[in-house]
Order: sequence, then structure tokens, then C-alpha cells
Amino acid sequence: MPEETKKKRKARKTRRAKEKIKPKKAVLNAPKEEIKKELKISAIEEGTVIDHIPTDATFKVVEILDLENHNGVVSIATNLQSKRLKKKGIVKVGGKSLTQEEVNKIAVVAPDATVNIIKGYNVKEKIKVKMPDVIDNVVKCSNPVCITNNEQIATKFYVVRKDPLKIKCHYCERSMGKEDVEII
Amino acid sequence: MDFKNRDIISINDFSKEELLHILKVARQIEQKPKSNLLKGNILAALFFEPSTRTRLSFISAMEQLSGKVIGFSTANMTSIQKGESLWDTIKMTEQYADVVVIRHPLEGSARLAAEASSIPVINGGDGSNQHPTQTMLDLYTIQKIKDALENLHIGFVGDLKYGRTVHSLVIALSHFSPTFYFIAPDGLQIPENYLDELFQKKIKYHKTSDLRRFGKELDVLYVTRIQKERFPDPLEYEKFKGIYRIDESFLHDVKKDLKIMHPLPRVDEIDKSIDSTEHAAYFEQAANGIPVRKALLALVLGKVK
Repeated sequence: MPEETKKKRKARKTRRAKEKIKPKKAVLNAPKEEIKKELKISAIEEGTVIDHIPTDATFKVVEILDLENHNGVVSIATNLQSKRLKKKGIVKVGGKSLTQEEVNKIAVVAPDATVNIIKGYNVKEKIKVKMPDVIDNVVKCSNPVCITNNEQIATKFYVVRKDPLKIKCHYCERSMGKEDVEII
Repeated sequence: MDFKNRDIISINDFSKEELLHILKVARQIEQKPKSNLLKGNILAALFFEPSTRTRLSFISAMEQLSGKVIGFSTANMTSIQKGESLWDTIKMTEQYADVVVIRHPLEGSARLAAEASSIPVINGGDGSNQHPTQTMLDLYTIQKIKDALENLHIGFVGDLKYGRTVHSLVIALSHFSPTFYFIAPDGLQIPENYLDELFQKKIKYHKTSDLRRFGKELDVLYVTRIQKERFPDPLEYEKFKGIYRIDESFLHDVKKDLKIMHPLPRVDEIDKSIDSTEHAAYFEQAANGIPVRKALLALVLGKVK
């Protein structure tokens, strides 16, 4: 190896060490999206990762799952770049494995979310969000003279059609589409 | 068929067989009144907003069968004014009565009352939503005046957009292969979701704004009032009021046995000169509230099967 090349290599190594840049090789092994995720929110050892949430529904997911009152770590990221959704949100819930029933609760706002149950940093189970037949106490009735907007009771809606979404209030019997859906 | 303890909340809760059974019991009660059938039973009539026909006919039906009635006809004098919830009012009422009839301005209130109550609840009208006993007495009237319910040509005229009696009757009649004629100006036509439902059930219907266009086809014409109170804008109401008027000239071009119905009260939709003709069925319709409500009370109290 020519003397000049050796010198150049040595210089590059010293500069990297000074700037604490990790070797390129290790970074290249991870998929691009993973790198982005790693940069935004840290991985969890145990719990649930809800990915591919429409970005404007991220905080609604937090609300629906009542994560404000969760004792473990909750990481929330919105406006992340996504190939599928352009912009998306991710919610990581440490120390809690969501059940299918809990996952279905977010179907109204995030029907295409992917839910991974994590054990020991690995994906142990993938749960698909399914639109339930009945939506209990998630959605507010858009009818101002519905009893549910005037008396302190839980709302209840029947899913009449899944796509495009049409739901019917158990009490006032009015139907509403996705555009009228407001979370309680 | 056992209706004991059943709530009567929405016409959507009833199958064709159940509706026919209620009509059958109403016919039996009308033909052979049993004056002691409801002796010892108490009806709580909770009318949170004004009503004439529904309230009086429930009270009359109960008393004619030797039952007793408690309740109120306006919410002003009750603890509702003190802020008591509907839930609590019902929980209190169920201690005092055997059956409840409720009219309330909020939609879905009767369903909530039924969930709160351990005794049967009958919906006497919840806002613009449901008024199932009106629908049942309408069906009973049609069955009586036409001797059948199947394959009839039925016209609806007036406010088909806001009129809950029309909506519920359309759903109830859908069990009986009808042909519908919806006669209303553009702004008051029947909502699209009802037409979607009819389309799915393969029921024939026609839409027009011309009252006389299908006059000759009709077996029954159901007339409704243009309800001033439902219009957010008074100018809109002025535009539509008095738009259809059934008078003697209309009768020149209709079937001889056409029957005209109206849930009442009327304003000027039907000229008084029609009252004395063979076509008028609206007072008989109002009278039919009694046997139908007697039948419902007796059924939900388990006094008849």
C-alpha cells in the first residue's frame, strides 16, 4: 500500500474517533425506516407498538386507550415520514400488551394501524385492527338533541357499514359517516 | 308470542310477525273488551313535553281496563327542574308503577329509560326519532279500512323530511310489499337513507311534487302537517305552508275507495268538507289509538299473550 494512502486512512480513523461517528457498516445493515424510528423514539423491551396511525389520529389513539393514566413508559411520535401514509404516528406503550378488544377500539380513527406486541425487544405477536360490530363509549353522537349529549351516559354505536364507515347511534338511531366522527 | 316485560321503543325492534300479533290482540280487545284486564296495575305517564292524543289515549286505555294512572304532563312541576337526571327519575318511578309511558323531547330518551327501568317502558315519542305506538295504530287503521296490509299503493304527502310518523310507517309497511308514492316539494322530500333502504328491500316507490299525478293509483293517502316548529328558519316555513290542500276537487280523480289518513292535528291540509265523505279515515285513525294502546299495555304487563 502506498505510504500516502496509509496516512490518509490513519487521518480518517482519528477524525472519526474524535467525532464519535460509528462505522458505516453497522448502520447500513438496518432497514431505513428502522433507523428513522430509532432516531425518533427508543425501542421497548416489553409492551405494544402501534404503528401506521394517521398522523392526525395519534393523540386520539392515546385518548381512546386512556394512556394518560398508564403507569409505564408511553412514547408518542407524530408527523413521521411514511411511504404508505406520507405522514404517520407511532405510539409505544411500555409494559402493557394490548388485547384484540382494546386494539379494536382504535379502529374508528386508525383502521390500518399495525399493532405489534413486544417481548424481549422482539415482535412476539402482530394484531390486526378489526372494526368491531359495536363501538362502546368512544364516539360522540353528532346529534345535539341525542340523550347522550344531555345526560351522563356512555355512548354506543352499531357499525352499519365498514367502508366507507357508517355507524348508527343506539339511542337516537341517527346514522353518521366518518366525517362526523368525534371522539369523546 | 310472549311480550311480557318487553319495552316498546322503536318500530325497528319489531318483526312482521310481532307487528301482526299486536294488531291481532288489538282487534280481539276491541271486539271483546275485558273491563277488568288491568285491575291492580298502575301506569306512570311521564310526559316531559305537551301531548294531547297520545297522553289522553294512554290514560283512557288504562282506565277503561280498570288500571290506574299516575304521572305528570309537563316537566315544569317536577324535580327535573331541580336538575334530576332522567335515569334517576325512572329509577324512582319504577318503585311506584308497573309500566311506564314516556314522552321526552330528547332523542333516545325512551331507550335510556328502558335501560334504567326494570318495568316495561313504552315510548310515547322521543323528539323527532320514534313514536312506535302511533305507527302501530296507523298499521291497525290501514288493516281495518283496507281489510289487508299486503300489496297496497300508499301515498305520503306533506312534510316527508322531518315527519317521524312517515318515516316509521314507511319502515313498518315495508314488511308488506307496498308501492309508495312520496309527494313533497324538493326541500321536504323523504331523506335518501329511507330510499336506500327501500331500494335494498326491492320495494317500488315514486317521488313527485305533484299531488294529482298519482291520484288514481292510491289506495291510501297519508297526509301530514308541515310542522312549523321543525323549521330553523321561519321564511322557509312560509315558503312551504299551505302548499298541498286536499279538497273536494282532488277527489274527482281518485279511486272510489281511496282512504285519507292524517296523524292529526291538522292545520289546513285537509278541507273540512272531506270529513263527511267516505274517504275520511283520520278520526277513526285517532280512535284506533285506544285498542292498540290497550293491547300494548296488556301484552307488556303479561295479561294477554
